[in-house]
Amino acid sequence: MDRVDTMLLPELDGPVPTALPRTLGLLSLALGVGALVAPRPLARLTGVDDSPAAQAAIPAVGAREVVHAVGLLSGRRPAAWAWTRVAGDALDLTLLGRAMADRRGERRRRLALTTAAIAGIAALDVAAAIGAGRARRARARVIRMEVAVTVNRSPAEAYRFWRDMENLPRFMAHLESVHVDDLRRSHWIARGPAGHRVEWRAEIVDDQPNRSITWRSLPGTRVPNAGRVAFVPAPGDRGTEVRVRLRYAPPAGALGRVVAKLFGEEPEQQVRDDLRRFKQVLETGEVVRSEGSPNGISVRQQAMQRPAQPLPASRR
Amino acid sequence: MKANVWMGTDSVRVIDVPDPTIMNARDAIVRISTTAICGSDLHLYHGYIPAMRKGDILGHEFMGEVVEVGPQVRNLKPGDRVVVPFPIACGHCSSCQRGLYSVCENSNPNAGIAEKVMGHSPAGIFGYSHLLGGYAGGQAEYARVPFADVGPLKVPEDVPDDQAVLLADVFPTAYMGAEMCDIKPGQVIAVWGAGPVGLLAAASARMLGAERVIVIDRFPYRLRLAEEHAGAETINYDEADVLDTLNEMTAGRGPDACIDAVGLEGHHGNAAMYAYDRAKQATRTETERPFALREAILACRSGGVVAVVGAYGGFVDKFPMGAFMNRSLIMRTGQCHVQRYTRPLLDRIRRGDIDPSFIVSHRMPLRDAPKGYKIFQKKQDDCTKVLLTV
Ligand SMILES: NC(=O)c1ccc[n+]([C@@H]2O[C@H](COP(=O)([O-])OP(=O)(O)OC[C@H]3O[C@@H](n4cnc5c(N)ncnc54)[C@H](O)[C@@H]3O)[C@@H](O)[C@H]2O)c1
Ligand SMILES: [Zn+2]
Ligand SMILES: [Zn+2]
Repeated sequence: MDRVDTMLLPELDGPVPTALPRTLGLLSLALGVGALVAPRPLARLTGVDDSPAAQAAIPAVGAREVVHAVGLLSGRRPAAWAWTRVAGDALDLTLLGRAMADRRGERRRRLALTTAAIAGIAALDVAAAIGAGRARRARARVIRMEVAVTVNRSPAEAYRFWRDMENLPRFMAHLESVHVDDLRRSHWIARGPAGHRVEWRAEIVDDQPNRSITWRSLPGTRVPNAGRVAFVPAPGDRGTEVRVRLRYAPPAGALGRVVAKLFGEEPEQQVRDDLRRFKQVLETGEVVRSEGSPNGISVRQQAMQRPAQPLPASRR
Repeated sequence: MKANVWMGTDSVRVIDVPDPTIMNARDAIVRISTTAICGSDLHLYHGYIPAMRKGDILGHEFMGEVVEVGPQVRNLKPGDRVVVPFPIACGHCSSCQRGLYSVCENSNPNAGIAEKVMGHSPAGIFGYSHLLGGYAGGQAEYARVPFADVGPLKVPEDVPDDQAVLLADVFPTAYMGAEMCDIKPGQVIAVWGAGPVGLLAAASARMLGAERVIVIDRFPYRLRLAEEHAGAETINYDEADVLDTLNEMTAGRGPDACIDAVGLEGHHGNAAMYAYDRAKQATRTETERPFALREAILACRSGGVVAVVGAYGGFVDKFPMGAFMNRSLIMRTGQCHVQRYTRPLLDRIRRGDIDPSFIVSHRMPLRDAPKGYKIFQKKQDDCTKVLLTV
């Protein structure tokens, strides 16, 4: 996780997805330790103090809870650990159901209360497991790119060109326009296949003149994304190393497919091409065109070059 | 307009295509007066350079009259007579600023594919495959010239097309090959290939002070040109063993520098050797037939220079790395940085130091381009260099 990640990831699925698994982990710990150090009071509390078998089972359940607690609190694979808790809950509910069948009166009342509590916890466990799974998948969908190019211009020149975000569509092929609202905020429109458009608003969250710019989409965007570009003097007086990191989280479903097409099969190659165009614009004044690639650099176009002949009048 | 286009292996055709237009602000449109067929075009003709498309306009050696300039071109105006360097170079990237025009970092719009093949992309070249940019070439009535404020050189009236058009490629290329040899008084330079590049490399080596120049080929009429116009001694590799002869001529030292002006379609006197690389090339397990290169490395004096201006496209088999490494050889190579040489070489032509047009054997109208390719390919009619007039 780096700065760009931490800026982007909270966007992915609402509340921080590790909170619920942690709470459940603490609960497991309390229950487990309780069952291990004080099995007798716990048996009384749950209404099974009349059965020697149950009294033997309670420390085992406690040990299992401690294992869950350690897993959940470790923060690793929260979805898997939440599902093992659900399995534990199912086992507990089965045992409780059996115990309830041959008890009456106060003990039965206590067992019913315990069952209700466990059922409630089980519901929370299921929610946590599903939530953690969804967050993991969303996180796996996040596309991360780090690409760099050396430009024969000073960091100040490169920074100035990029800082005017309305320049971005001049070299970022998938952008139709960027409209700057004020010093920080801007409105981006990307052009997708078959006339699909994806729009979002973004803000500059960190601006270090002549050094770096960091931006992210505003909350509520359907395609959360963030980026950072750093302008570092290239060694040996060779201009500027322009280092870009991009993150975006395409949603699942139809919109996700549009976004995927927007960036093509090799999203990193596209960003590389964007940077090549950035270099061309800064060094030569514009994007360089050939008859075979009349729109300039583009991976997609390289796959389907037209012959190296002047364009017919209809295509100019 | 009429243009000579690639139609597939061993096939070119002159067809009607749209006229070029300005696509970038630094473009110019040139009405071509003379264009040439190059040994490099033969590599395309034979289908050894990947990423050609049916319909690509060929040609990277051309000159003519400026008829239109883009808004950013201030050094040229309609009516100027210019010769155009074959590498397309922006003039502003760090490579261009160091004089390495043929590895311009901005002129190949298809740099992404070139990188996959070569690690980094060289410059775009007119009419030389989509790997090197997909630019329409100059075997046509008109051409669009990108970065016209950097490349084209104005040619004075007293220099005829026959001389000036050679500044687009072969003369600078050959001269660069000789320059790479770092020639010192008393040195012996050997040149593989007596095509236009080899012949002019031999002449340039003489001009740069070589004591002796030895040219190797198998076509007597080309070897004769080397003797008569470049002051060279010659070896016909069909008749003599090249390594033995070179050792004998240099009393066992080997030439001080060797120039490969043959490239990826080398031919070999030994049928078995030829068959080996020809078969590998045909099955695409090797892209080149590097006979001249191997021989140049083995022949070269220890500590000497092997200058490779013959063109290669991919991978070479059986590269004598042991000889190269153990004998402290130096290899220099590159597509020519033509922009660096056009003016000084024009000056040399005007001063009478050299007349490169001795290599020109044929002149014919553009519409005869297919015939020009055939006779140049087959070395018929003592063909060395074909100029197409428009
Ligand atoms: N580096 C550059 O910028 C640059 C520019 C122009 C041409 N080239 C390359 O230079 C090479 C020569 O071009 P050209 O126009 O003179 O072509 P060409 O085909 O007319 O000449 C090649 C010559 O090499 C001879 N040859 C073949 N096998 C040989 C061998 N084993 N030993 C000695 N000679 C042999 C051929 O008989 C022929 O005469 C080509 O590969 C071309 O692509 C490079
Ligand atoms: Zn050439
Ligand atoms: Zn350049």
